Amino acid sequence: MTRQMTGAEMVIQALIDQGVDTIFGYPGGAVLPIYDELHQQDKINHVLVRHEQGAGHAAEGYARSTGRVGVALVTSGPGATNMVTPLTDALMDSIPMVCITGQVPTHLIGNDAFQECDTVGITRPCTKHNWLVKRIEDLPRILHEAFRIATTGRPGPVVVDIPKNIQFQTGTYTNYKGQPQTQYNPRVKGDEAAIREAVALLAAAKKPVLYTGGGVINSGPAASTLLRELVKLTNMPITSTLMGLGAYPASGPNWIGMLGMHGTYEANMTMHDCDVMVCVGARFDDRITGRIDAFAPNAKKIHIDIDPSSINKNVRVDIPIVGDVGYVLEDMIKVWKQTHPQQDKAAMAAWWQQIAVWKAKKCLSYRKNNDVIMPQYAIERLYQLTKGHDTYITTEVGQHQMWAAQYFGFEEPNRWMTSGGLGTMGYGLPAALGVQIAHPDSLVIDIAGDASIQMCIQEMSTAIQYDAPIKIFILNNQYMGMVRQWQQLLHGNRLSHSYTEAMPDFVKLAEAYGGVGIRAEKPDELDGAIEEMIRIRKPVLFDCRVANLANCFPMIPSGKAHNEMLLGDASDDEIDSAIGSTGKVLV
Amino acid sequence: MMIVAGQSQSAYFLEETSTVSESHTLSVLVDNEPGVLARVIGLFSGRGYNIESLTVSEVEHENHLSRITIVTGGTPQVITQIMNQLARLVPVHRVVNLTKKGDAIERELALVKVAGKGEHRVEALRLAQAFSARTVDATLESFVFELSGSPTDIDRFVNLMTECGLVEVARTGLAALSRGREAM
Repeated sequence: MTRQMTGAEMVIQALIDQGVDTIFGYPGGAVLPIYDELHQQDKINHVLVRHEQGAGHAAEGYARSTGRVGVALVTSGPGATNMVTPLTDALMDSIPMVCITGQVPTHLIGNDAFQECDTVGITRPCTKHNWLVKRIEDLPRILHEAFRIATTGRPGPVVVDIPKNIQFQTGTYTNYKGQPQTQYNPRVKGDEAAIREAVALLAAAKKPVLYTGGGVINSGPAASTLLRELVKLTNMPITSTLMGLGAYPASGPNWIGMLGMHGTYEANMTMHDCDVMVCVGARFDDRITGRIDAFAPNAKKIHIDIDPSSINKNVRVDIPIVGDVGYVLEDMIKVWKQTHPQQDKAAMAAWWQQIAVWKAKKCLSYRKNNDVIMPQYAIERLYQLTKGHDTYITTEVGQHQMWAAQYFGFEEPNRWMTSGGLGTMGYGLPAALGVQIAHPDSLVIDIAGDASIQMCIQEMSTAIQYDAPIKIFILNNQYMGMVRQWQQLLHGNRLSHSYTEAMPDFVKLAEAYGGVGIRAEKPDELDGAIEEMIRIRKPVLFDCRVANLANCFPMIPSGKAHNEMLLGDASDDEIDSAIGSTGKVLV
Repeated sequence: MMIVAGQSQSAYFLEETSTVSESHTLSVLVDNEPGVLARVIGLFSGRGYNIESLTVSEVEHENHLSRITIVTGGTPQVITQIMNQLARLVPVHRVVNLTKKGDAIERELALVKVAGKGEHRVEALRLAQAFSARTVDATLESFVFELSGSPTDIDRFVNLMTECGLVEVARTGLAALSRGREAM
């Protein structure tokens, strides 16, 4: 299809041709022509946020809960700079996002014009790729290529910066969907010889473990199904990163919990002692490995990743397989079935016995309290009471995020949206908004902290406007809990600026926005309050008052190895001396 | 069960572990489009890699392709990581490690200005002849020599010229090609 139209019309037409039905944005001088076109059509639903950062995180939430690309539209200058955090967030967590930014007209570029900034320069290191469109002839090609690059290979955010005069110019539009416009062509099929070697290594393993990550989720629901099949075939224990929760069900028989800094004792011990490790769509991040020279010292490592630059970046692996997780898992299962390998049954039974011993430590147990709501208890109850519902969970960043990961069980992929790599406080509320817009009838809950929630609280107003009944479940302990915990661990419990002395009344705040506020202060009123929250078909701010000084355990202190965890029963002295001088400089 | 270079079909082979930093020459074929050099340089600065020399010029006008030659340093693992990160950039077509391919032709061009009178001046001219440098400018008190050769040749020439009234030097950085009939 080829047609004459303006640049602004091309933007809308390309979105329609790409199958986009929802975008998140905020208007401004340099995108007015595009907004004018939006006004004159009804195929694309535009969600007006209250801050551009909100548009970016909402697009991320939309993308992660649907497996489709998230789209944001913002103006030049501050519109673009406010997008830097969500773009970086999406880059770190490999989330497909197309961000369209307005720019001052081409003849003003470089003149320090009003609301001008070097958008492509600023966003170059925080996007997978970006473009400044200087000629109307290039616009259709770039728009469609932007979608292809954002969604294929290792997904990520892209920016298309369109000067205002280009939006007004008329040119020829061609629908290039599905037609590559650059040589970019990521490899998806894994190398067959490497896959065969991997299967042979796996079959001979006495103490294997699967360590999976966000790559499984990104590969699509089929990859999660294949992962489950591989686990069943091999009877391997499986752990996952924060990003990969839900790919294998938390109720599954082989699940040993999340690994890493706040992972379970059994998951980290299994990682430490294993003889063969299969890393599937994860990247040996520092939160996962702990002390790198003591990371799984006796293990042969297989690494499946679509991004060659992830291979041997932090940890040297024995068998790298570059490819899309879905394709590689499919091939591994095929080879396993063809070769019918005989596993060492006795060794596997001994391995599972050892894991049972570690599990018996009950590392997630905590001291129950009848007077004060323990944060862990709050998440446990939230999980139990939402079990029958079609639930999606987002989080902010901090202790509440880790407790959510530890105490909430995820059965399916795409149900858990959290800022993993960048650790963006303020992510959860707008992300929940994006999820709710994509799934209007589902129960969408942002598990939040009292500090994080105030970073993008303005999007409550958006939720009201679009009748998006998101639930914000705030674990309110008056502190930036994770900061306070680290100050206790590292800085002699000198709590420098981690206490919020002027906390808003979240119930009144919810009402001011037009939502509903609920407060729970005692363990015995928690269940009733959560049930009430679930019933309400409106945005809710739930002020859950929890124990102020609870610490998030278990924990691998920075600079320590997987088998040097701090457990929940650690004494104050053990906590004070947990991190040595080399660990102190780590984050 | 280890994958050994040359025995497996895998695209990525294990390097021997080494903590010794080596200098490598990388040839990078890229789309000649705005910002491509900024992407490459930003990658190096953002990830803390080192650039010893960098040259760039369009080499295929019809196809809008430029060739970037980078000399960088690091352990073998870091060099591999640099190559993988470069290959990840969308406008990058190919990345080849010329040092690893072995025996690449590496040339650089230098313009060297010397000033002086008497014996210094005679010696400068004599050395220039010995190095086959061309005299591209001359006044009664100065010369500008043009010399192309390997970076070490140029280093040697420039070092000698410091004794003969060296004023300033401009160097192009490295251009490099592999030997034989194959392209990169």
